[in-house]
This record gives sequence, C-alpha cells and structure tokens, in this order.
Amino acid sequence: MTLTDKPNIQQDLIPILETVSDPEIPVLSVLDLGVIREAIEKNDVIYIKLTPTYSGCPAMDVIGDDLKTAFAEIGKEAKIELILAPAWSSEWISENGLQKMEEYGIARPLSETADKDVLLGGKKLVKCTNCGSKNTHLVSQFGSTACKALFKCDDCQEPFDYFKCLK
Amino acid sequence: MNNLYNYILSIADNTLILAQRLGELCGHGPTLETDIALTNISLDLLGQTRSYYQYAAKISSEEKTEDDIAFMRIEREYKNVLLVEQPNEHFGYVMARQFLFDVYHLMLMEKLQHSKDINLAAVAKKGIKEVSYHQRFSSDWIKRLGDGTDESNSKIQEAIDELWRFTDELFDMTEADNAMVEDGVGVDVSAMKEDYYNQVSEVLKEANLKVPERKNFMRGGKNGVHSEFMGYILSDLQYMQRTYPNMKW
Repeated sequence: MTLTDKPNIQQDLIPILETVSDPEIPVLSVLDLGVIREAIEKNDVIYIKLTPTYSGCPAMDVIGDDLKTAFAEIGKEAKIELILAPAWSSEWISENGLQKMEEYGIARPLSETADKDVLLGGKKLVKCTNCGSKNTHLVSQFGSTACKALFKCDDCQEPFDYFKCLK
Repeated sequence: MNNLYNYILSIADNTLILAQRLGELCGHGPTLETDIALTNISLDLLGQTRSYYQYAAKISSEEKTEDDIAFMRIEREYKNVLLVEQPNEHFGYVMARQFLFDVYHLMLMEKLQHSKDINLAAVAKKGIKEVSYHQRFSSDWIKRLGDGTDESNSKIQEAIDELWRFTDELFDMTEADNAMVEDGVGVDVSAMKEDYYNQVSEVLKEANLKVPERKNFMRGGKNGVHSEFMGYILSDLQYMQRTYPNMKW
C-alpha cells in the first residue's frame, strides 16, 4: 500500500463507520471494504469521501444513505462526496474483512498474477469456502455482483463466489 | 468549454448506448452465466457513463443534471458511433459488437488516463480495470465461437463481416476531438487505427476467422447522423422522461 492509498479517517468516527455495512456483503463494514477514503468532522458536520468498487456499483447510493442515517442518529449531519481517484483496489479490503468474507462464503481475491492464471489459464488456485479444497473451477467470469466471479468446487460440489482481484 | 462538453459526450454516448443495448438482453441471455455477464458489462458501462455525464453537467453553462443529458436530447444530438447502436440479432452479433468496441475502448482508456483533465483521467483509470475484463470476456467468446462448430464459426464470421463496416468511424476526428487533443485533454484516436486493426486481426486469426477487407466503411454517428435503429433505442431509453418530464425514482 502506497502512501496516497492510505485513507484519512478521524479516530473517533470509526465506531459509527463500523456500523455501516456493504448491502451486498453485509458482514463487511465500509471500513473493512476500504471504500471510505476520508472522514473528518468540521463544525459539527461530518465530511466523508467515498469511492466506488466498480463504476456502476449500485451499492454506493445505499451506502451513502446509510452513512447519513448512521450519523443522523447521533444528531450529526454527514456530507458524502463520491471520488474516483485513486481508483479502488481489492488490496484495500482489510485482513479482518477478508476473513469475515471467507466465513460468509466468498473466496478472497488472489494476487494479480494468480488471479489471471485462474480466470484466463484455468488454474486451480481458488480455495472452496465450504470444504477448503483447491479443486475448483470457474463457472462464470461474472457473478452475482460486478465484483465477484462464480466458482464451483469439484470435491464438495458446492458453488461459491470469488471476489475478483481489482488492481 | 463547449468543445470539452462535446468531447465528454462523444465518449459517454458510446458507453450509454452500448449499455442500453446490453441491458435489453437482461433475462434473455443464451445461458444464465452469459446473461449475468452481459448485464454486468452493461452496468460497468452505465457507471462510467454516469461519471462522464455528471462531469459534463457540472461544466455546462445551463442548469443541467446527468439525467437531462442522458434522456432529454434529440437523436441528432447524440454523438455515439454507429457500431454501438447495432441491434442484438443473435449472441454472435452481441459478442462481435462487444469485441470490436472493447479493443477500441481499452486503447482509448489507456491513453485517456494520461489526460491533463483530472476528471477524465480518473474515470479512465477506473474504467481500464473494468474494460480490460470486458475485452478478455469478448475475445474469449470470439475464439470459442470461431474455433467451435461449423455453425458457430459461420455465425460469428457473418457477424464480424456485417459489423466490420462500422469500425473505421471509431477513428474519425471531430472538431471537439481536434481541439481537445491540442489542449492535451483528449486522445488522438486517428493514431490508434493501425494498432487497433492489428490487435483485432490477431484475435480473429487465432479464432479461425477471416479478417474482412478494409473498405466500404459507414460513418455518421459521431456527427449525429445515426442508423435507423437509433430512434427505437431512444424511444425505449427516454420513455419515462418524455412521458413524465422531470420524474425521479
């Protein structure tokens, strides 16, 4: 992670931000997901900079509204600004977030080269979230949301989502 | 300022109309996986379109919103190329159109990320990640269909032959293009042409497909002169805003 990738988040706002989750992956808070790039309080107004995972991600509007509601509950106004640069990367998902995601049934993104080997070269590197086997294959390059691909385990036969590497 | 506005629209109208065409396939894809893929691609393109239109709305001299730009123009004011408005016909057409556009689109994004305009550069930089995934998907299908059965080969060849005549227009320079290139904001698309045809030909050859001759090209969309399909697209796209002006979801 380079210095410009580091978000500027005021410490005392973290407990509230943690209560807001991604509507598509409810176990992940917006902080785990790394979409909050800045959160600071100035004159009783909370200024939040939010970045989308994918350009057309419909969750962004919901997240924006949820953030406003969460701060409204403690009597504070939140102003949300959507920013595009620097572009979001799947590397910004926290380790804690990756673990929660796996428990939820979504395999974590591999490294950029491994991701390409799997999605293009058909290599078996993605670990089944159900039984842990790497004997899995890609069913669809696009999954239930823009950020995921669909896999199937050839050992336990369960289908599962894989969070694509976006760098 | 007018040139910048028109330049943004010339990029965004392509992604809007292609997103609309792909959106038509929602629930009609040949298999569940391809159906989801096509609508995912549509969503990416629509997301990019929104970023462009929001920026265009901000710099426009009138009080405009992204919705006004998307829904309230007449046909001649849309600047998309003829390629993206061509109908879905069959899956081979959809993939051929996507592939012919994706190769161009990725090249454009890769150049646009270095634009002096920070807003356009940001959209492009984000878009590259998405568009390179689209291109992988469509190239893959061109190879699968071309290298598949006799029937799939003949169908994808027919689609490539039909859509080929719309490719040259991608590299036409408009007044806005020229002005923006001069300012270091826009991309000189005319300079991308040879590279484009090389890249496309390479995939076609690998897919056992014939590369059509480069002649009898059609053009006009960039100047607002569209094919007969455009009116039908707009009547679908604009229906709600035309029926209930200024309505909001």
